[in-house]
Amino acid sequence: MTTTVAAPASTAPLAKAKVRRGWTQHGLVFVTPFLLIYVLFLVWPTVLGFQMSLSSVNIAGGNNHFVGFGNYLEAFGDPRMWRSLWNTLVFTVLSTIPLVFFGLAFALLVHHLRFVQWLWRLSFFGPFLLPSAVVSILWLQMIYPPDYGLINGALGTDVLWLGDPSTAMWSVVLTTVWWTVGFNFLLYLAALQSIPQHLYEAAAIDGASAWDKLRSITLPLLGRTTALIVVLQLLASLKVFDQIYLMTGGGPQDATRPIIEYAYDIGFTGYRTGYASAVSYILFVLIVIVSLAQLRLFRKREEVAS
Amino acid sequence: MTKRFSLSQLILLLIALVLAAVWLAPVLWAVATSLKPESETTTLPLRWFGSEITFDAYALVLGTGGIVKWAINSTVTAVVVTFLTVLFSAMAAYGFARTQFRGQRALLALILAGIMVPPQVLIAPLFAEMVAFGLVDTWWAIILPQVAAPLIVYILVKFFQDVPPELEQAAFVDGAGRWRVFFTIVLPLSRPVLAAVSIFTFITTWNNFLWPFLVSTDPNTMTLPVGLANVVQGTFGLRYAQIMASVVLAGLPLLVVFVLFQRQIIRGVAHTGLAGQ
Repeated sequence: MTTTVAAPASTAPLAKAKVRRGWTQHGLVFVTPFLLIYVLFLVWPTVLGFQMSLSSVNIAGGNNHFVGFGNYLEAFGDPRMWRSLWNTLVFTVLSTIPLVFFGLAFALLVHHLRFVQWLWRLSFFGPFLLPSAVVSILWLQMIYPPDYGLINGALGTDVLWLGDPSTAMWSVVLTTVWWTVGFNFLLYLAALQSIPQHLYEAAAIDGASAWDKLRSITLPLLGRTTALIVVLQLLASLKVFDQIYLMTGGGPQDATRPIIEYAYDIGFTGYRTGYASAVSYILFVLIVIVSLAQLRLFRKREEVAS
Repeated sequence: MTKRFSLSQLILLLIALVLAAVWLAPVLWAVATSLKPESETTTLPLRWFGSEITFDAYALVLGTGGIVKWAINSTVTAVVVTFLTVLFSAMAAYGFARTQFRGQRALLALILAGIMVPPQVLIAPLFAEMVAFGLVDTWWAIILPQVAAPLIVYILVKFFQDVPPELEQAAFVDGAGRWRVFFTIVLPLSRPVLAAVSIFTFITTWNNFLWPFLVSTDPNTMTLPVGLANVVQGTFGLRYAQIMASVVLAGLPLLVVFVLFQRQIIRGVAHTGLAGQ
């Protein structure tokens, strides 16, 4: 992502000297409105958040004393922080695998179908367009309840899907897969459509079967897209909050509480904003590491490609 | 062609039908429940239809007024966020891609680095800022932080770098200024990419939960997801038909828009989603 700014060098040198000054002023004017909002609501909060994480500040701004890395030390000795970090990692692994796999499977299926494309797209992508609150309330109130819920009612079982610590995380994952698989499905579908048709035609002349084509043309050409989708999915899953907060509130017995919810709990209901910032920044570091790995990965791939 | 079509297509079609049915079932169940009389929503064995089809739940939900207000709040905030994001990001991207000024490289690097910052980890400092500005429980508190979207700037910088400079130069020769060139030549040329990022921004803003949930405690400023989460579960108690009617009403707008503009939305989401590479 280290895009170098291509200078429009095609202007004649004479005109360039004359125009440059005007450009200088204009360039900044063009950039200023965004920059103002960006600095105010992203750069400054990032700095302020770090500063808060080194203090004992509460939500009202009081008790604001510098405590150095005390909050971080406390977090590293806090079993509930480790539990929520662990839950976040478990959720990330459990959700990423089916979200990538089913995204690909659905895209392959729909790509090869010739009828009612709108129906498949609406079915598989539609849930992604629903707000998290809609999805969570629907599953919490009508799908998972032990007696009259759709799943138990249809299967004739009596499982406490969200209420049992051993099934709660799986249930959260199931809802998440249903809700967001459509995004990966769309990305794969777009990638499939960009594979040149003549490759398949050439393979068909050589007598390749459908399975051969999938294995030696489609899947290798989707490698780059898959790498991208996996990274995007890891980043999205690490930030999980909405559906867990709304469906289980982090329970039962902390079995599903993700780290963002733990930070929210400490900061907004426990009022320890400084400590909450430190917990948030532990996740922040994790996300930056994944993002930097992504940059390295894709730069390497670009070099190989070129 | 017709021979191959029949068997493999039929199998694929059957698989797709089963999967689509499974995937649609939760939504259809919400609709079915919302149309039942309240007393029959939890009866066993499960039935898709009650003794009658009734819109009572919808009448009650719409009558209490909350959901209409939240829908207005959602629409206003999502429209304003989308408009400001696309306008400011396009201006900034044009500034970076097509002009030169002191400190340009450093500023662009600062913006690209911001792509890595997840807004979810900034809730505490952002909230403190909103308290300091006195913006809690206003539309602006919901809107402003969502306009700071560095990914959109990055996508547009990449796009503007590929627009041939000759198109602008002809206009400069005719005496047009930077602003006129930007608004009358560059922006119209970029309509597809602007549509893509607009759609993406609108969807994410419309569905955003955590931030609007933190900064709106007053039901009058809540967006649809926040109002639903905060109020519906509390006030409707165990009236499942009404809860599902609210869920259907809140989920419906984007689904209807999707059916109408499927092609554009798919392109918008896929284009913006893949931009990270």
